[in-house]
Amino acid sequence: MTEFNRRKFLEGSAGIAAAASFGAGAAVWAPAVHAQTLSLKPEKGAKLRVLRWSRFVQGDIDAYMVNVKKFTEKTGIEVRVDNEGWEDVRPKAAVAANTGAGPDIILSTNDDANLYPDKLLDVTDVCEYLGKKYGGWYPACQTYLRPDGKKWIGVPLGAAGAMMVYRQSHLKAAGFDVFPKDTDGFLKMLQALKAKGTPGGFALGNATGDGLWTNWLIWSHGGQLVDTRNKVVIDSPETIKALEYAKAMYATFAPGTLSWLDPNNNKAFLDSQVSVTNNGISIYYASKTSQDPKVTALKEDIQHASYPIGPVGVPTESHLFFNQMVMKHTKFPNAAKEFLRFMMEQEQFDPWLTGCGGYISQPLVAYEKTAIWTVDPKHTPYRDALKNLRPAGYAGKLGYASAGAGADFIVTNMVAEAASGAKSPKEAAERAQKRAERYYKV
Amino acid sequence: MKLLEKFQNSRNALGWAFMLPATVLLLLFLTYPLGLGTWLGFTDAKIGRDGEWIGVENFSFLVTDSVTQLALFNTLFYTFVASVLKFGLGLWLALLLNKNLPFQSFFRAVVLLPWIVPTALSAIAFWWLYDAQFSVISWALMKMGLIDRYIDFLGDPWNARFSTIVANVWRGIPFVAISLLAGLQTISPSYYEASAIDGATPWQQFRHITLPLLTPIIAVVMTFSVLFTFTDFQLIYVLTRGGPLNATHLMATLAFQRAISGGALGEGAAIATLMVPFLLAAIMFSYFGLQRRAWQQGGDK
Repeated sequence: MTEFNRRKFLEGSAGIAAAASFGAGAAVWAPAVHAQTLSLKPEKGAKLRVLRWSRFVQGDIDAYMVNVKKFTEKTGIEVRVDNEGWEDVRPKAAVAANTGAGPDIILSTNDDANLYPDKLLDVTDVCEYLGKKYGGWYPACQTYLRPDGKKWIGVPLGAAGAMMVYRQSHLKAAGFDVFPKDTDGFLKMLQALKAKGTPGGFALGNATGDGLWTNWLIWSHGGQLVDTRNKVVIDSPETIKALEYAKAMYATFAPGTLSWLDPNNNKAFLDSQVSVTNNGISIYYASKTSQDPKVTALKEDIQHASYPIGPVGVPTESHLFFNQMVMKHTKFPNAAKEFLRFMMEQEQFDPWLTGCGGYISQPLVAYEKTAIWTVDPKHTPYRDALKNLRPAGYAGKLGYASAGAGADFIVTNMVAEAASGAKSPKEAAERAQKRAERYYKV
Repeated sequence: MKLLEKFQNSRNALGWAFMLPATVLLLLFLTYPLGLGTWLGFTDAKIGRDGEWIGVENFSFLVTDSVTQLALFNTLFYTFVASVLKFGLGLWLALLLNKNLPFQSFFRAVVLLPWIVPTALSAIAFWWLYDAQFSVISWALMKMGLIDRYIDFLGDPWNARFSTIVANVWRGIPFVAISLLAGLQTISPSYYEASAIDGATPWQQFRHITLPLLTPIIAVVMTFSVLFTFTDFQLIYVLTRGGPLNATHLMATLAFQRAISGGALGEGAAIATLMVPFLLAAIMFSYFGLQRRAWQQGGDK
């Protein structure tokens, strides 16, 4: 506890407030939350501008803005929040980082922080404080935001999990009482579903979000785009095996998956044209909120499951990761850090997670206890999205290369080529190898 | 005062002064961005990060890159087929609209509709028409018993290419048709009367009066049409994002994917720069089309 002693004399209002609210918190949090102190003195007259990705569900932004208002009331710091489509935040954040002007805090996605780590404020104190208080950060958070294992370049926010979404009755009819836990069983299930005329379907078009299942597929068989030293190793026997598996999967798919973009599988599932797909919780959310009786009728039958585990024996999931970056150019670094600390505290973060309705999975272990994950058992699989997440540039270092290779759909294209038979698995892997080497060239 | 008066009386100085605003606009909003884009193509700039000059490295990579090669093929194919169809159908429509029809102005106005609707919106309409699960075209054909499974409009590489071309043609015809109609109306009816007296058939009238007199308009209209088609972006971005298997990636969509989504600004700019020679070729084609017109009229050019 040297950390504690060093900071003890700095103890200020923030620490006391946190400790006090901890005392008032629900009993459920008691064993998980460990009192910590952190004193951040916001600058006088501070004002903050936050740029974040626009909500996927209304409950997210509603809860977020309630928290922002609470922060302003408590500290007197005015906070302006701008929203942009999540794919538009990336270029804007890069420009802000490199021109040294713009929002003080940016909530962005995936490996953005790794593109300009030296333009970001060191938030190690906030992250260590939160980590100690809330049971620690998941490993993927560290890969993304603590690239050197010491310094935190951003505060993890969460991940939008995509899980297996399926129709229970269709699985039963095909002879499966539970969703298979491994890839062998998964393929058998897909084949049985196809035989029953209720096939599955997974997006193979250039779908930014729902195409991520192709990462899971490659990793689950032991393939990876790059090794730990960023050497491209996608053209490997493991990848070929994964691609052969993909071919067998594709033979069971509903027609047209090569053209599927992000919305297609939602539409097809809600119209009962596919009985299993990968998706965020939005399909279930729609079945609860839709005005269409045909869609609401599905509510009871929709079930969720984690991705099956492949020959590698560990979960290898790929989801959309969210970070919170404080830009170095901010005039109010302490206010910005205090804002992030405040938003991540249980009194704020718990209602926000609830507002997100299961869309977002927490980065801190203690929030596994958030009621949203148990209030409806169908939410539970989404709880572990960030826990089981592998960054898209696995197993290499994150940066421009991993970002570029992801945006260029190298893995998605490779799987689509091999699955559809447009190329042999070997050809597809060789092509992906060549394309990826361009991004990872030294 | 004397100076001002002198200035006002000088044709040269006034001429330059009047041209100044246009020159500034051209330099600021056309030359500078074009120059900057070209320059970026020779750097390894990332979004928000200044690049280093790397010479032709981007280009030498791109000519060997299979995705870029495919995008170039797609773009040329898309532009060629769509332009030919737009020209043929547009000319046909123009000839029809040039006849004396009932509700003439109404039809002429209605024809413009596809051109007026924002591309992104009409693209979404086509996206539904082509949907693998919900296509109304497939549904109708199924009901008629003509097909036994839904057509995979956007999921098969060649189907996807033709589907996007059809959507582009639908959108582009009004521009061609209305512009050619304007051209048709400038042709004096006396030519047709004279040729009719000489016993010319409608085909002969078309071949020897309409077509030659319409050539300059055709040259201009088709140049624009080719430029629009070659640089198409919205339609592809909404319908396929370049898929399936990159079969519908055009130069413009690939440039965007690499430069903005992927952050490789330099490489994206290089792809965009690669489009310039083709666009120049289209302009030259039109220029020589115009030349031919002067020669036909016995002009002194």
